[in-house]
Amino acid sequence: MYAQMVKTGVDRIQSSEEMSPEERAFQERIDADIKIEPKEWMPEAYRKTLIRQISQHAHSEIIGMQPEGNWITRAPTLERKAILLAKVQDEAGHGLYLYCAAETLGVSRDELMEQLNSGKAKYSSIFNYPTLTWADIGAIGWLVDGAAIMNQVPLQRCSYGPYSRAMIRICKEESFHQRQGYDIMMKLARGTPEQKQMAQDALNRWWWPSLMMFGPSDADSVHSAQSMKWKIKINSNDELRQKFVDQTVPQAEYLGLTVPDPDLRWNAERGHYDFGAVDWEEFYQVIAGNGPCNRQRLRTRVKAYEEGRWVREAAEAYAAKKAARAQAKAA
Amino acid sequence: MTDRKEWPLWEVFIRSQHGLAHRHVGSLHAPDAEMAIKNARDVYTRRNEGVSIWVVKASDIAASSPGEKGPLFDPANSKVYRHPTFYEIPEELGHM
Repeated sequence: MYAQMVKTGVDRIQSSEEMSPEERAFQERIDADIKIEPKEWMPEAYRKTLIRQISQHAHSEIIGMQPEGNWITRAPTLERKAILLAKVQDEAGHGLYLYCAAETLGVSRDELMEQLNSGKAKYSSIFNYPTLTWADIGAIGWLVDGAAIMNQVPLQRCSYGPYSRAMIRICKEESFHQRQGYDIMMKLARGTPEQKQMAQDALNRWWWPSLMMFGPSDADSVHSAQSMKWKIKINSNDELRQKFVDQTVPQAEYLGLTVPDPDLRWNAERGHYDFGAVDWEEFYQVIAGNGPCNRQRLRTRVKAYEEGRWVREAAEAYAAKKAARAQAKAA
Repeated sequence: MTDRKEWPLWEVFIRSQHGLAHRHVGSLHAPDAEMAIKNARDVYTRRNEGVSIWVVKASDIAASSPGEKGPLFDPANSKVYRHPTFYEIPEELGHM
């Protein structure tokens, strides 16, 4: 997902008897679906886990602009270019909503930026894959945003007020992203044989990385169990992945494209698709920094930050000059 | 990288189309009010959400604390007579 394998710092789940009165009251509020707001008391582990989760999510939105930004100048029509520009601008906006939500937990924007630019912070594995053809822009909207929506819709109900409100805003805007992606895929799938082949090639390359977005099975993970108890994670990784496969396979069939998984078949008994094993070794390599584009993504990010420095400094100097003038006038 | 002072945080309020009051939508960092309004336009009104923007420095907002919730808001609980439904109006009178 946009936040993957978020650690909670706990090694087991506390029972109600072991909790302090404050912790117990806190858990009871969460159980009663009462939102937790910034200034209220919260366990330190809850606060830290949320900062990790929300900032990872924000960093993913910011880095996520790069694979798509790659095609803004090469979009096939002016309309497609305008749409892609709007989508990438939305990703920046989503990053900003989320940074604000993270800041309400007591971390500063500069700290978050520094964590991202120094390579210390994680972001989603998916954005370390290259966008080789225009069809990749279609596949990203359809599959990557599709997978993101699957996770973000339930997070609208998460226990932390500012995160929940950011998710509500993001979900409202995200559905355009998936539709524009599928629209690109439809156009290609109905085009010349070469165009259809391009769409198939994009599906081949993005299918497995999209399934990896949900993260490895967390059925036995104490971190996931704790996060679910806190209601900052709503569904298990396997649950969401299955839901994504069930939703996406018919969409691929409609396009006349083949999902690159020989083990994929409908299981009438389960009422779900069975699918093949994900290559988790590849996933661990990508999150360890060895994906196809990790270094390039970080380099581009730092370059943008450095090249924007004079703009930030000019804006600060201008604000300081204006404030000084206003003060002189008042005196 | 943190060789500068962090820009102040601004809370953003937007009035939507239909004459409603400005509503809090989120926050952002900007060096001054003018830039805050410009950034707010891009961050919070990309889809015609508003016709007017207010920004205010977050540090200028005074807020009630969660601990005061009881003393501040509980007294209203016992004053049900402030609601119209407290009063029974004879049906033959029609709408009032």
